Amino acid sequence: MIRVILPPHLRTLASVGREVQVEVSGAVTQRTVLDAVEREYPMLLGTMRDRESGRRRALVRFFACEEDLSNESPDAELPDRVIKGEEPFMVVGAMAGG
Amino acid sequence: MSGVRLLVGTRKGAFVLTSDGKRQDWEVSGPHFAGWEIYHVNGSPADPDRLWASASGGWFGQVIHRSDDGGTTWRQVDHDFTYQPPVGDHLWYDGTPRPWEFKRIWHLEPSRTDPDVVYAGAEDASLYKSTDGGQKWVELAGLRTHVSAPKWQPGAGGLCLHTIILDPVNKDRIFVAISAAGAFRSDDGGVSWQPINRGLVSEGIADPDAEVGHCVHRLAMHPSRPDTLFMQKHWDVLRTDDAGGSWREVSGNLPTDFGFPIAVHAHEPETIYVVPITSDSLHYVMDGKLRVYRSRTGGEQWEPLTVGLPQENCYVNVLRDAMAVDTLDECGIYFGTSGGQVYGSSDSGDSWRPIVRDLPPVLSVEVQVLP
Repeated sequence: MIRVILPPHLRTLASVGREVQVEVSGAVTQRTVLDAVEREYPMLLGTMRDRESGRRRALVRFFACEEDLSNESPDAELPDRVIKGEEPFMVVGAMAGG
Repeated sequence: MSGVRLLVGTRKGAFVLTSDGKRQDWEVSGPHFAGWEIYHVNGSPADPDRLWASASGGWFGQVIHRSDDGGTTWRQVDHDFTYQPPVGDHLWYDGTPRPWEFKRIWHLEPSRTDPDVVYAGAEDASLYKSTDGGQKWVELAGLRTHVSAPKWQPGAGGLCLHTIILDPVNKDRIFVAISAAGAFRSDDGGVSWQPINRGLVSEGIADPDAEVGHCVHRLAMHPSRPDTLFMQKHWDVLRTDDAGGSWREVSGNLPTDFGFPIAVHAHEPETIYVVPITSDSLHYVMDGKLRVYRSRTGGEQWEPLTVGLPQENCYVNVLRDAMAVDTLDECGIYFGTSGGQVYGSSDSGDSWRPIVRDLPPVLSVEVQVLP
């Protein structure tokens, strides 16, 4: 199981706690993890990545294992510790004013 | 006794305010969708317990919520607002072409007769319709693909479709307004559209009386007189008596004809309300005094309404969707401010009182009268 931490606004939308777990078959990448999250929680479609282009929304960031993976290829494998479920994949609302 | 429910959208959540028909004591519930920017909350005239809320934000985009129990509980409905291809371009602020890009829903307008039907006005300007209670949205693309649309250019707030009026008599007639393109009318249920801006003059555009390009802030209609519309434009208050065939200015003795909201009294089609603000560069009321102006003659002659409103050190604004009237015998009027106050009058505007003072900045106010 892949652990995913969602930001507060998305927890509210999906009616979940801080962390969710999703099943991913095959390669564990940003794309397959987010596909799985959206499959499990369709109310989050379009909130993390653009629904048409699949591109990450500008003020959404992806972290794992103390690394900023936001600008990695969406098809790059995530770190081993995420794949093993030891560390969460984190969806973060970028720090900004307001 | 009838109840009254106010639906308030703010920068950081939605609030539902309820009172009995006296409209003196109010209960406040919320924030609903805390932290989300709520551009609009509106209720179905066909089923007052069915409410719609537009929640958006720079981080996570646009979502839509629906309540079927008057705002006690909410559930998310679909939020796939896709432009029908070909998408094409409109003008950007600098006059260059830029592809249409969906940003948010500014206004939700439920059908007067069918609780499952609702229209949504978007930025970049387009009109969507759901006929299944929000499970699916379809663009009424005849508007955005109008021959004039490539010339539409955003106003300072964005290229937003902010006003949707469904004609209560002619079910095929819809009016919309877009900043800064102008007003448009459809006579075939939203399939085809025509600009209705004859008589509008805007000094800030290259051709002051062009067919499109006018910064319309808000339209209002009285249900018994659907061919008469009132408009608050960037500058000027105007009226038409032929469903937009031609407009004439009725700013009369207003101290400034710049403002955002305009509303019509529920029982007096010639009684209208505006909230003048100083100018387009100073988005607050004049002289530190919060004054609603009322005309009982359909424009030209205006009187300031001040009783119960702050008359010193007040520098708030009232946005385009933040004023509403109820339909009780003594018409109630409500508005919300950029300072987070919601004011109400239960005597057609003669006197006012704050209903709640310290909400986040108010973006929209709607009112329902409940049986």
